[in-house]
Amino acid sequence: MKRIPFLLAATALIPAAALAAEGDTLTIVSWGGAYTNSQVKAYHEPYSEKTGTQIFNEDKSANALAGIRSQVEAGNVTWDVVDMLQADAQRACDEGLVMEIPHDEWLAESPDGAAPTEDFIEGTLGPCFIPQILYATMFAYNTEAFDGEGPKTLEDVWDLEKFPGTRALQKIPQKNLEWALIADGVAPEEVYDVLETREGQDRAFAKLDEIKDSVIWWSEGAQPPQMLADEEAVIATAYNGRIFNAQVNEDQPFEIIWDHQMFEVDGWVVPVDQNEADLELIKDYLYFATDTQRLADQAKYISYGPARKSSAPLVSTHEETGVDMKPHMPTSPENLETAVSFNTEFWADYGDQLEERFNAWLAQ
Amino acid sequence: MADVTAPGFVPEARQETLTTADGTPLKVSLRRSQRRQRRRAFYLVAPLLFFLLITFGWPIAQMTFRSIYNPEVANYLPETSAAIANWTADEVPGEEVFAAMARDMQLGLEDRTIGRAAARINREIPGARSLVMGTARDLDEMQAPYREAFLQADEDWADLEFWRLIKRETRILTPAYYLLALDFEYNAEGEIVERPEVYQVYRLLFWRTAWMSLAITGLCIALGYPIAHLLATLPLRTSNLLMILVLLPFWTSLLVRTSAWIVLLQQEGVINDLLVWSNIVDDDGRVRMIYNQIGTIVAMTHILLPFMILPLYSVMKTIPPSYMRAARSLGATQFTAFTKVYMPLTLPGLAAGVLLVFILAIGYYITPALVGGESGIFISNLIAQNMQGTSAQLKLASALATILLVAVLVLYWAFNKLIGVDRLKFG
Repeated sequence: MKRIPFLLAATALIPAAALAAEGDTLTIVSWGGAYTNSQVKAYHEPYSEKTGTQIFNEDKSANALAGIRSQVEAGNVTWDVVDMLQADAQRACDEGLVMEIPHDEWLAESPDGAAPTEDFIEGTLGPCFIPQILYATMFAYNTEAFDGEGPKTLEDVWDLEKFPGTRALQKIPQKNLEWALIADGVAPEEVYDVLETREGQDRAFAKLDEIKDSVIWWSEGAQPPQMLADEEAVIATAYNGRIFNAQVNEDQPFEIIWDHQMFEVDGWVVPVDQNEADLELIKDYLYFATDTQRLADQAKYISYGPARKSSAPLVSTHEETGVDMKPHMPTSPENLETAVSFNTEFWADYGDQLEERFNAWLAQ
Repeated sequence: MADVTAPGFVPEARQETLTTADGTPLKVSLRRSQRRQRRRAFYLVAPLLFFLLITFGWPIAQMTFRSIYNPEVANYLPETSAAIANWTADEVPGEEVFAAMARDMQLGLEDRTIGRAAARINREIPGARSLVMGTARDLDEMQAPYREAFLQADEDWADLEFWRLIKRETRILTPAYYLLALDFEYNAEGEIVERPEVYQVYRLLFWRTAWMSLAITGLCIALGYPIAHLLATLPLRTSNLLMILVLLPFWTSLLVRTSAWIVLLQQEGVINDLLVWSNIVDDDGRVRMIYNQIGTIVAMTHILLPFMILPLYSVMKTIPPSYMRAARSLGATQFTAFTKVYMPLTLPGLAAGVLLVFILAIGYYITPALVGGESGIFISNLIAQNMQGTSAQLKLASALATILLVAVLVLYWAFNKLIGVDRLKFG
């Protein structure tokens, strides 16, 4: 078992070592698919053009925390910058796996001179975390799968009679348990209080049991749009940007159910134990890639809300199709009406326990 | 190595001092030259031995060690660990324990290691992470006596279960991960009890891995035996063609073959389409043949079949057809001749095939992961799951892997006792 992280680390080393002689390189870990694409277009390509730095993408963000843990433990850190969820970043920070970041020292000011700590949206900055985007996870469906009206609410998702067919859910307890409770009648603002109790957990799993036989599970963000397109599933949870990408770039007949969307922050961390030259390069990259214009640029390729306040007015239309981005943003007011804010603190405390129970529930 | 008392060597009793020309006893001189030979032979295999040790022995030893190594609390809360040793576990600890905790937190904040201890404790008591981290963050505003300050900051510091856990976790070596791997745990009083039913999964998975591997082995025998027999008895031209049909899939990538089964078996797949087309099932009643146990068994039987056929074939090839004819001419029926003469002769091949298929099957990962859905996955998939994700538990994964390894070794030992590995013919 020890060999796997070692091998991974070794294979990650090979390209880095082979190319080190030719110039500076950065290994950037992200989520793959349309999301990495938007980063390549908005951050990586302009940066490489400007500095000649070569950037390697690894699509490992789904297992980023475990990856950083094993690299730090083995004393062989090969990742330079890692894209991570805010909750995972907080845990990595507590465990001393990622560097503390002096935001005002490392990052660019807004065009009108506001310090980064002022410019990023309140509550998104973490001691080790530079936010990039606000994104939503919510249900979406293929309109061709239903003859009449499509599902509109969370209750409809659970209604197998009115809307028969397979559901695709993410293979994690996070969000699924919250939605199960809300569908079962718990008020959104009380969800986390209920989920702290044993009875509340039983209730959430019982609600998931109702649809378990009609559920297939996904683990990578690129899967749900594919599953919907193949009609392997008729309703799926997904990241809103992925559905947007399928709607706009691939003309898929998908519809987003914004009811009780859960929004979260995603951003950069830097694993510890970087050598000095690498660290300079990383700082330079982050200064460039998180400035106001770059964050706004990313929103030209994918419908995620930029984490800087000064970027919001610069968000305009989709680069290739000219679609107005604003109504597709998870932060636009009509999409936010019933939104549930994801509680990172709760999941930092109860994540281990609930994940264990979730995995046992799946296998039983 | 030749034995020292080889034939021709005169026994000691009769001739005590047989010496070489320079006066050393022959025995000594012989042993010396043999030792030299042995050493040379060892040097030849040394690189391989070294390689195996580094790539195989060492990682396994590491893995086994990891499954019992539990340094978080002892290393990251050293003073607390020392102070709590004398605590009697029946009331909230005294000031010395709280003061030690405060000093550990101070250091842990500077080194940024306090979160590692907190994460370990949080695995057992959800919420303990924010208790420890929250108090640690406010530490610079607190003053001695820390017992009061902590209790005032959060009443959960009076939780006896928390302190009992700390005391238990100060042990550097722990069986806790093995307990988890077998669905047991420590309760608040430190006794070993079964985990609540909703968390139980590993025993089920070990059991499922075992019976499904047995089923796969059985299917491989049922399908492979006749094919091997055909291969061994048909005329060369036909049997060569048949052999290619066996080997071609064997040479094809595992992933390709698994994906081919997905294409065939899925609900919108070829077999279901045929069933619907021929009106055996209607369009809404498509059979679910994949992403469950059936999928795993079908795909793995196909993938492991060559490992059964090839050793059987190599043994059957050596059985002269005249044996069967002799048995028939001596009055045995076809059936008796087969069970009394032919079958026993194929046993070394059959046993080799069973051993190969079964041991390969219980460690299988990719195929169950792709076609097993949730109900058809094996223990190896849970080992992988414990290595990934947000709450990766590498130590639990190590414990599970060690149990699997030991189970395989025990099986091999039992097999050796029953049949004798030296009698096996692998092809």
